[in-house]
Amino acid sequence: MSAKERAAGSVANYVDERTGAAKWMKKNLTKVFPDHWSFMLGEVALYSFIILLLSGTFLTFWFDPSMKEVEYEGNYGPLSGLKMSAAYASTLHISFDIRGGLLMRQIHHWAALLFMVAIVTHLLRVFFTGAFRKPREFNWLLGIGLLTLGIVEGFLGYSLPDDLLSGTGIRIAEAIIQAIPVVGSYLAYFVFGGPFPGEVFIPRIYTVHILLLPGIFLALITVHLMLVWYQKHTQYPGPGRTEKNVVGYPLMPIYMAKAGGFFFIVFGFTAFLGAVASINPIWLFGPYTPAQITAGSQPDWYMGWLDGLVRMAPPLETHAFGHTISWNILIPGLIIPGILFTGMALYPFIESWMTGDKREHHLLDRPRNVPTRTAIGVMSLTFMIVTLLNGGNDIIATHFGLTINQIMWFSRIGVLVLPPIAYIVTKRICLSLQRADRELVLHGKETGRLVMLPHGEFIEVHEELSPEKKWTLTQHEQLPQLEIAQENQSGVRNPKGLRAKLQQRASRAHQEQIEKPSAKDLLELGDGHH
Amino acid sequence: MNFISRYRRSKFFGPALLAAALFILGTTYSVASATTFKAVTPASDKTTLVAEGKELFARGCSSCHGLNAEGGSIAPSLLGVGAASVDFQVGTGRMPMADMSVQASRKTPVYDEAQTAALAAYVASLAPGPASIKSADLAWERSGDTAQGGELFRTNCAMCHNFAGQGGALSQGKYAPSVMGAEPGQIYEAMITGPQSMPVFSDKIITPAEKLSIIKWIKSAEAEPSLGGASLGRTGPVTEGLLSWTLGIGGLIGVAVWLASKAR
Repeated sequence: MSAKERAAGSVANYVDERTGAAKWMKKNLTKVFPDHWSFMLGEVALYSFIILLLSGTFLTFWFDPSMKEVEYEGNYGPLSGLKMSAAYASTLHISFDIRGGLLMRQIHHWAALLFMVAIVTHLLRVFFTGAFRKPREFNWLLGIGLLTLGIVEGFLGYSLPDDLLSGTGIRIAEAIIQAIPVVGSYLAYFVFGGPFPGEVFIPRIYTVHILLLPGIFLALITVHLMLVWYQKHTQYPGPGRTEKNVVGYPLMPIYMAKAGGFFFIVFGFTAFLGAVASINPIWLFGPYTPAQITAGSQPDWYMGWLDGLVRMAPPLETHAFGHTISWNILIPGLIIPGILFTGMALYPFIESWMTGDKREHHLLDRPRNVPTRTAIGVMSLTFMIVTLLNGGNDIIATHFGLTINQIMWFSRIGVLVLPPIAYIVTKRICLSLQRADRELVLHGKETGRLVMLPHGEFIEVHEELSPEKKWTLTQHEQLPQLEIAQENQSGVRNPKGLRAKLQQRASRAHQEQIEKPSAKDLLELGDGHH
Repeated sequence: MNFISRYRRSKFFGPALLAAALFILGTTYSVASATTFKAVTPASDKTTLVAEGKELFARGCSSCHGLNAEGGSIAPSLLGVGAASVDFQVGTGRMPMADMSVQASRKTPVYDEAQTAALAAYVASLAPGPASIKSADLAWERSGDTAQGGELFRTNCAMCHNFAGQGGALSQGKYAPSVMGAEPGQIYEAMITGPQSMPVFSDKIITPAEKLSIIKWIKSAEAEPSLGGASLGRTGPVTEGLLSWTLGIGGLIGVAVWLASKAR
């Protein structure tokens, strides 16, 4: 043993004698994780969060969360001498007078956008591969919670500098609060401490933005990761991978190095964006005053779909019992998002009800093998993309020579018509891909080599797949449709008749699939030549 | 001629000859074309100017605006719009319109300065209206206040023209154009005449001094370098979101694929 090893050993021993960490570390540092690029999307979100914490802390050193009116005397000429809130003035101060301040602001904002992008792409990966199935439903719910909080946290951050876009966003948020029937106006007064904009809003959201929500984030992310740790990571199917094992590399040293390196790459990438691309140039927007508004007022992208929904809502309003109900805000601003997020949160339970599958799953699905789920996912995504596009309708109109009215009508109709079309098309594509897989397994790959046989017949040589590939294409389970008795033996209708009928139909839709090649099919074909 | 025969087989001879020929041709052309300077007819005589304008109007404008500028089913009457309006519409190339779309867009002017002045004089002679404004006559650089101009711009203009004057969409395909690159005189004329969908900002609403401040702010926004890196069009969060969904997550997924690829 060299002197160096002896020294390291005695340090480790010293720590172990006091913490008893060796046993725990030995077990957990060798924990195996599967390797796939799509498993690293959640990592991007995690790293963006760390970047947000670090850059955000830097910003708090100089940001003054106050709506006190000050006169700007800083370095940016086009605003000098204007009256503005201390919050806005201090953001200008960070941008123009603090060394590295603008870079940090831009890193913080780019990291926020990437955080949300990463959360959504991670969610899509989890959804389309069926990683939310038992036993991971709670983690799915935690993820939905993190997504929702991320939207709120991002919106509050966008609101803090008190520039013209911030204020416009808050004004719309106030309108949405006011649209809640009966209590809306009281709630708005409560949130703003009086009539809009008041004096208290910026300090309040500052506390929530830098203390409350990051705290909740930390707690939820910790539980989210602990559950991944405890339940073990899912893996893509393949030879040697089962529901009972995990095939991959150990945490120490492979993933320590990979994840550590990836963190710095994400940080570097965000810093690069912050250095080369302007984001939220608040000095151009000007300070907020309720009397002003600018063309192209937009929220950040993760709120864009909500803005798009509000923009496409027809002007509906009713007056009853001395109250006004603004359906044009209430429906797109609260009811539809409520339905969407509830449906998303409950999806694991809905799917297990549809399939009747209550077993644990650790092997992921290939999206084509679960056509209905994939179709539902693409359908929802289509809805979101249409609403998101409508959120940017004015920018799209000016840049592509269209009219706002055309885009709005396209969205109003498209938001209802396109998702069902997307559902049908996706499902058909999935079934076709299943058919292609079956063909591939039974008849091999077309090589494009034409051979003339001695008696003059031409054949194309098909190359048989490797056994590993065949396994991967056929390992999935094809669940039979549920058979729910609609009547009992004496012909009395099932008391839960309607629900049973619904479940039966859902199951029939969900289990629609192309039969995969069975062992018998393969045997009949002999060695795959014919 | 020893010099040429010594080098003419060099591999640089051909390109050098070509460069020399292009240089001579280019110089000759620029010298020759510089001499085709057209003298502007001195428009001292007002009546001849009006007559000239009437002639131009009858040929180029009357088919839509009527023989006496009284307007028609497809174009408004020009009585009382003043020289400022003509100078703006014709001087920025908006009139004559390229096509009958919802809005006349800025393009290379069809009439030169003298012709525009003649048209303006003719239209102004029909009924009184605001006089045209020359950029050189505006003292915006000396007397304008940039910060106040920005405040006025955000209060009165940004709702259509965007916070940085980049323009924005209006209903039914109409739009507020970008004010970047517009001449000070044209900006001033636009404010006093209210072209197309734009309202008129009379001197009671925005005083002449304030108008100069607005021009000064526009010019300062135009000259301002993009301080935080690539400007992404100064259109707000839409392009930022687009970049984060393309280069942002695209680049990071690329890295992830690279990290998760097996060593071969």
